[in-house]
Amino acid sequence: MLITRASDVRSSEITDEKLYLRRREFMKAAAVPAAAALAGLTQSIVLASGQDAIPNVRKGAVTLNEAPTPWEDVTTYNNFYEFGMDKGDPARNAKKFRTKPWTVKVDGLVNKPGDYHLEDLVAPHALEERVYRLRCVEAWSMVIPWVGFPLKDLLKRAEPQSGAQFVEFTTLHDPRQMPGQRLDVLDWPYVEGLRLDEAGHPLTILAIGLYGKTLPNQNGAPLRLVVPWKYGFKSIKSVVRIRLTAKQPVSSWQASAPQEYGFYSNVNPDVDHPRWSQARERRIGEFFKRKTLMFNGYADQVAGLYAGMDLKKHY
Amino acid sequence: MRGIRLISALVFAASLGPLAYLSLGAWHGSLGANPIETITRSTGVWTLRFLLITLAVTPLRRLTGWNEAVRLRRMLGLFAFCYGSLHLATYVWLDQFFDWAAIAKDVVKRPFITAGFSAYVLLVPLAITSSAGMIRRLGGRNWRRLHRLAYVAAALGVVHYWWLVKLDTRPPRNYAVLLAVLLLVRLVTFYRGQASKSGAAPAGGA
Repeated sequence: MLITRASDVRSSEITDEKLYLRRREFMKAAAVPAAAALAGLTQSIVLASGQDAIPNVRKGAVTLNEAPTPWEDVTTYNNFYEFGMDKGDPARNAKKFRTKPWTVKVDGLVNKPGDYHLEDLVAPHALEERVYRLRCVEAWSMVIPWVGFPLKDLLKRAEPQSGAQFVEFTTLHDPRQMPGQRLDVLDWPYVEGLRLDEAGHPLTILAIGLYGKTLPNQNGAPLRLVVPWKYGFKSIKSVVRIRLTAKQPVSSWQASAPQEYGFYSNVNPDVDHPRWSQARERRIGEFFKRKTLMFNGYADQVAGLYAGMDLKKHY
Repeated sequence: MRGIRLISALVFAASLGPLAYLSLGAWHGSLGANPIETITRSTGVWTLRFLLITLAVTPLRRLTGWNEAVRLRRMLGLFAFCYGSLHLATYVWLDQFFDWAAIAKDVVKRPFITAGFSAYVLLVPLAITSSAGMIRRLGGRNWRRLHRLAYVAAALGVVHYWWLVKLDTRPPRNYAVLLAVLLLVRLVTFYRGQASKSGAAPAGGA
């Protein structure tokens, strides 16, 4: 099956062998005749093969004793409304999304503002693999091995001024490339925000890859935020601007439905979404629901950030 | 007579299509990363579709004069009930896995589930009284009155869908518009009947 596919893809696009052999799906497929192989699997090979491997990634920076969600699921089940409202839309509609060149503006209350080419923005940082849980506000979750670097290192380079208390992030606004932005479901561009101490927490990273490869477009290429103790929508994708502010930013979801989505949006099994329970979640690939953990299982590291706060009020 | 039998058989087979698609998908593992969500969504949307198709039978019959179409109505209505039952079973079994406490909490606390559950409850007596024997026993007039609940169930179904979506209300809105059109057509025929027959009972059921 691999051989027949290989003839119609460029050699540069073929999945690297190690990743390939690791995959349970491949072992399963090898056991059945090629003719019986499923469309979904073929698709996953094509998708998996499109991304370049990222060199010099330090593994084991943050690990998790939970099985990572398969690449195929991570890259075909996405909420990225810029590319459509259905989970499968981003993988379909983001194929031609141009992420090169990519410029990120760092500005606001910093001593060293600037417009950076993505390469220059990333270059000074040592890249790490971080295996994090991702908990969506819709009560499903995944485990994803991200590749990235701590946001705090970037903020340090920009030299925040004493008045800076928040960080505001903005996604690219380009309705020609992002068909979802032609619908007025949200007030585009997508905006997210963190308190400066949340942004500076060692678990908060800017990611450029997953599974050791550059981010697929549908996962927020080329640069996205990952804040593992907050609901997934806080981890803004395809970031073009990082602005430090004195005032608390208003996130897109907050603006759209303030009674449902707060600024903090920390994963919290005790505070339900007004329309559904957050007590449990379905881990993608599992049948039985899991109990949702406080701060998505990162309470030891981050609970201190919210000491004394009423989390029912600051949801 | 033979024509309608053939059409009935074809409609029956076609109505099993979504179920066959889901079953095959589940068998092959091709229902995506979250198959339970796919099954829940699909059975739910098909319940609503079958409800609206069922409610469209009478207006279409009037419009086209194809009176035999009414023979399809019961079957389509029962398919709506069937997909509704699958939808509920998916929620109770696959989604909540018989966690009755969580289910009871959902039904009481989550308005969208309250609406959906009520819609299903309303469909139960309609399914039970769908046989020719039950129509006889209830009498046509009572039966027709009872079966107007189908409109209430459909409306609750649309509300259930509307309250569930996070952002994009276009799909439930489309169903709401269709339902409104069907209701309007019914009202227009009702008042026309009142005007022309002055006092005669409105013709046709839901």
